[in-house]
Amino acid sequence: MAISVILDRCVGCKLCVASCSQNAITIVNKKAVIDVAKCNYCGACIDACKKFKAIVIEIERKKPKEDLSIYKGVWIFAEQRHGEISSVVYELLGEGKKLAESLGEEVSAVLLGENITSKANELIYYGADNVYVVDSPYLKDFNDEPYTNALVSLIKEYKPNIVLAGATSIGRSFIPRVASALETGLTADCTHFAIDGNTKLLLQTRPAFGGNLMATITCSNFRPQMATARHKVFKKAVKDESRKGNVILKTIEGDSLKSRTRLIEFVKEVESTVNLSEADIIVSGGRGLGEAKNFALIRELAELLNGAVGASRAAVDAGWIPYSHQVGQTGKTVCPKLYIAIGISGAIQHMAGMQSSENIVAINKDPSAPIFEIATYGIVGDLFEVVPAMISKLKNK
Amino acid sequence: MNIIVCIKQVPGTTKVAINPVTNTLVRDGVESIVNPFDMYAIEEGIRLREKFGGKVTVITMGPPQAKEAIKTAIGMGVDEGVLLSDRAFAGSDTLATSYTLSKGIKKLGSFDIIICGKQAMDGDTAQVGPGIAYWLDIPFVAWVRKIEEIRENERYIRVERLMEDGYEVIEGNLPILISVVKEINEPRIESLKGKIKAKNYNVPVWSAKDLECDPDYIGLRGSPTLVNKIFVPVRSSKREIIEGSSVEEKVDKLIAKLKESKLII
Repeated sequence: MAISVILDRCVGCKLCVASCSQNAITIVNKKAVIDVAKCNYCGACIDACKKFKAIVIEIERKKPKEDLSIYKGVWIFAEQRHGEISSVVYELLGEGKKLAESLGEEVSAVLLGENITSKANELIYYGADNVYVVDSPYLKDFNDEPYTNALVSLIKEYKPNIVLAGATSIGRSFIPRVASALETGLTADCTHFAIDGNTKLLLQTRPAFGGNLMATITCSNFRPQMATARHKVFKKAVKDESRKGNVILKTIEGDSLKSRTRLIEFVKEVESTVNLSEADIIVSGGRGLGEAKNFALIRELAELLNGAVGASRAAVDAGWIPYSHQVGQTGKTVCPKLYIAIGISGAIQHMAGMQSSENIVAINKDPSAPIFEIATYGIVGDLFEVVPAMISKLKNK
Repeated sequence: MNIIVCIKQVPGTTKVAINPVTNTLVRDGVESIVNPFDMYAIEEGIRLREKFGGKVTVITMGPPQAKEAIKTAIGMGVDEGVLLSDRAFAGSDTLATSYTLSKGIKKLGSFDIIICGKQAMDGDTAQVGPGIAYWLDIPFVAWVRKIEEIRENERYIRVERLMEDGYEVIEGNLPILISVVKEINEPRIESLKGKIKAKNYNVPVWSAKDLECDPDYIGLRGSPTLVNKIFVPVRSSKREIIEGSSVEEKVDKLIAKLKESKLII
């Protein structure tokens, strides 16, 4: 790796100096001088010098091990919980189909579990051309190692171009291990995909810095190109029961499906009547509620709207509601169709967890609360007047 | 018990902007902190040592100033820390980072448990923990909200893993890597004694050469992913404060709007 200043082009404008987070650049005799001991090769100065193109970094990247053109097809990891296909899978089949079409390739699903082969047709109805199934008692419960080994073995055999999985508790736990084992790139929690017209690379866009910036990431030299994708962002595929596809049953030999961790029991959390990440509507309460018993208002409104109950960190820290309801940077990231924030001022950490919601309603007595900056609709007013009025209106419809 | 905690130094805020003139990231006067999720990992490590004896070591990869993160952990009560720092590590993505940290952990010697925070606040990937577990070929359990039991002599561990719809009780064997969520504990603050120890603590710094890293696996060269573009997200253009002379009127208008866009029935 080498960074250099092309002196003929440098005009000494100092834009690069300001851009450098490492204070590695100084101007000497009207030319930029880079202290390589301080430089972390982040490339900020190159962006700053777009006009003059006076700074260059030469990076020698690791070369691909094989011909990448043999990798074909878009794969969707068909996550199942308790024998049911997770809804994010149908969203990814819809998105995967689009990507596959622009590449002129097929979309396939990978289904791992025990007694799940019957679910393969469902995946075909939602757009899969092929479904690879590993049906084994070793895969009954999710454990990182057998799931990793099964998926890695299929990927090595069939060489897909792209592999997408839901950014769920399961996906975000074991997909990184899969990508590491394949020594390829992985982008977490994407909210947008596209195929680059020229390079045919998968453009993987994700929120960074708590959603304050978006980053588009590519993986040019390695395959498959892998990403986990956020739930509720992509449009669910349309079901067509007349669709036909191939179901490929695979058995994986040897010890590779053995796990060094085992599930003892699953305990469903009673409080969360509706799963926050699955909910179309979320009603969330914050510090403005004042005390635990006032969460009853939030629950009542959520119930009327058939929604889930969320909370800000302040409400959770105060002990008004369990942590499993917390939305935000240290809690859950959600993007429902409708998010109603009640008595939540909109700390940046909270907004990081909900700002990609399709529609946001904010109810707060402080007109300068930051939550109003991202709210589709805002009502400035006392929540103890507004929420009961909403409840009575909805009841009397 | 030999406990290793992986931590990351991050900017103390996620509030960033793009300077429209230079098109670069601006992080105004923010101090660096230990990634908040890693504080739970540090705390859990210290609690395990208090219960089982042994040693807690923190490890991080970063620029020289990341020594401060190690000192914070020392101040809280960990025994030792090590910084992996080398220009050759610059530009690492999660694959290269997990490889490098695993090399550092191997150099530290034997361990019983490795604890990571669930994700870093700046990158939010949650990919480094499971990556390290792969490189070390040890089991991994994510989103741990409670360590129920450890029987050290039997190499047995049982934890609770937080899922979307509840939690799972998982058992496994040591050595293991777990990533922990906020619910697991309440991190302590640095003690005065700890701060004094931290001040005098000379943080060892290991380079790529010290770790005998394969140059194909570290830094930009060893990173398959590349950031092509960074941009400010487009916010929903319609933003409306609903006006009205009474609460009733405002609520009526809101409900009408929500019905109109078919958000509620």
